[in-house]
Amino acid sequence: MLAESALTRFRDPQIEMAHGAGGKASRKLVEGLFAPLLFGAAPGPLGDAAQVDINGTKVAITTDSFVVKPLTFPGGSIGELAVNGTVNDLAVSGAKAEALVVTYVLEAGLSTPVLEAEVRAMAKAARDAGVRIAAGDTKVVEHGKADQMYVTTTGIGRLLPGVTIDPRSVRIGDRILLSGPIGDHGITILLARGELDLEADLRSDTRSVLPLVEALIRAAGPGIRWMRDPTRGGVATSLNELARDCGLGMVLFEDQIPVRDTVRGACELLGLDPLHIANEGQFLAVVSSEYADAAINALSLAPGGSEAQVIGEVREQPAGTVLVTTLYGGSRIVDMLVGDPLPRIC
Amino acid sequence: MRFVDEFREPELISKTAEEIRRLAGTERHYRMMEVCGGHTHAIYRFGLKDILPENIELIHGPGCPVCVLPMGRIDDGLAIAQEPDVIFAAFGDMMRVPGTQGSPLEHKARGIDVRIVYSPSDALKLARLNPDRHVMFFAIGFETTAPSTALTMMRAKAEGIRNFSVFCNHVTIIPAIRAILDSPDMRLDAFIGPGHVSTVIGCRPYEWIAHNERKPIVVSGFEPLDMLQSIVMLLRQLKAGEARVENQYKRVVPWEGNRAALKAMAQVFQLRPYFEWRGLGFISQSALRINDQYAEFDAEQRFEVPGIRVTDPKAAQCGEVLKGVLKPHQCKLFGRECTPEHPIGALMVSTEGSCAAYYNYEHRKAAMVSLSSIA
Repeated sequence: MLAESALTRFRDPQIEMAHGAGGKASRKLVEGLFAPLLFGAAPGPLGDAAQVDINGTKVAITTDSFVVKPLTFPGGSIGELAVNGTVNDLAVSGAKAEALVVTYVLEAGLSTPVLEAEVRAMAKAARDAGVRIAAGDTKVVEHGKADQMYVTTTGIGRLLPGVTIDPRSVRIGDRILLSGPIGDHGITILLARGELDLEADLRSDTRSVLPLVEALIRAAGPGIRWMRDPTRGGVATSLNELARDCGLGMVLFEDQIPVRDTVRGACELLGLDPLHIANEGQFLAVVSSEYADAAINALSLAPGGSEAQVIGEVREQPAGTVLVTTLYGGSRIVDMLVGDPLPRIC
Repeated sequence: MRFVDEFREPELISKTAEEIRRLAGTERHYRMMEVCGGHTHAIYRFGLKDILPENIELIHGPGCPVCVLPMGRIDDGLAIAQEPDVIFAAFGDMMRVPGTQGSPLEHKARGIDVRIVYSPSDALKLARLNPDRHVMFFAIGFETTAPSTALTMMRAKAEGIRNFSVFCNHVTIIPAIRAILDSPDMRLDAFIGPGHVSTVIGCRPYEWIAHNERKPIVVSGFEPLDMLQSIVMLLRQLKAGEARVENQYKRVVPWEGNRAALKAMAQVFQLRPYFEWRGLGFISQSALRINDQYAEFDAEQRFEVPGIRVTDPKAAQCGEVLKGVLKPHQCKLFGRECTPEHPIGALMVSTEGSCAAYYNYEHRKAAMVSLSSIA
């Protein structure tokens, strides 16, 4: 048997911000260090949530930490993100969140009204998403050793019937669906920091995507192959992971990808690609072609789904890669996010 | 989106591409250099190579300021960053550029105070907010960014700010183009002239390229239609046997440049006798230093600068790629030792560097094409 150290492939000498940015470096850290030591040598594709068998009952479980700066921003706050983020990770894994466990890491000196506002935001988001907050823990660290507050939520969910999520089930000809416009969250946070002297009328898209996922499953359950909420690293990173896991090519039609003008404008100015910008209230789905129309109809009719779009399709080539094509016949490869354009967005 | 979508209109793009095919014919090969890194990025981002005929070859030029900065300058800047109470401020593009002891970002992870700023005036703001610290702005760029560095120093002087300095790496575009043309292994038919630089310097400084070197040059915008139209203009000149400076980017670039910006530069900077360019070596009168009236803001005078010189790794062929002699993927390290996550040469770091652009947008596509052509 191999020694454990022989299984790790993570060779970076120290942890950088990029290792937390959700892109290539994050993936290397997880696959090169965490997965081999914690899950064994070949854990298979890593999804947004794991399934655990308890006495013959399968449940979905996931966890997420929130370190966003600033704590509040147009359209949401750290408390709302902490609930919705975990609810969404379960939803796109085909599960309905039943209970959350919350951990707070608080910096000494944090004002009580700030904390109370976030706890209230969590309670409201949990009510809206129909999930119970069942337990919690609090730690306080010295002033200066954390930035106001960090929140971790762990969620346990009941598997929704009628859907199986597996990147390896994706086939050539499947359609790639997106629930709505991308980039709102990441750009909102960037502007909310006030470092850019840019202003725009834009709000974070943070919300529970469970109602949309449920509508999709009702209309197209047997056709759904894969879902993911494209948070850090954006649509490009999520689809690159899928392309790698299934070995097929993800071909996107640039003119079909919904992006608000404000987000496009900010990205043009800052040299960013909306496909790399984080979202907190959207999800991607790959659906077999015969279910694509039903899926889009169902999403469009559901509240908050009117801008859902088929943005691309799965092809044999370019294998393991995401390719964006334009109306005039140009194309470009879109890789995972490298580096860290927007630190601490969630 | 106004001023963007008009220049990405599919029908117009197709028509312009058709005109390019008609003009280019099939008899001869055209080698055009886009000088500016912004153009290189746009070519890959919009997939323009897919719609150009095969006999138009675009050669990527030296106009990426991050790419031409020698590693020793980064080491020098980071040496100052380690002085007590210094805040090292730089554009985001600089953050992942490797020095011998790691990039600014890696220094930040080790506890050095490294900040990303979006303009030199943001760095000055940092100095106002941190009166007990010294803010050093690591300035890079061609004439595009040099005026804002100059104006910031003028502001600092007017306000009597004492805890601010600039580590000046500003370079000028014309000597670099001259070095490229002087290079014996370089064969070019025409230039796509830089857009942003020209908003400052105007179009006149390129006239010697047309007159003395007999090469057409068209100053171009950055949208797909801009670049295709510039190629049409170049082809028309080449077909007619002409060599002129033309301005395709009239909506932004005045022929005479921006006098106020040039005046600000003249007030603060003077030419260095010579400066080292990565990949191109020493080029005389190709860079700016801060003049004696602004010496108090010159980090090279305020601090002990080690003056580190680092030769590029032997295997890396950045110089050949920078001069357009080699394509990015023809370098021995490309995609193997040298990738955007672990760049060895600076061309792999900046999104405007031809290696990073090629890696990000193109190289797997190339692999795919070669596979399908075998099959």
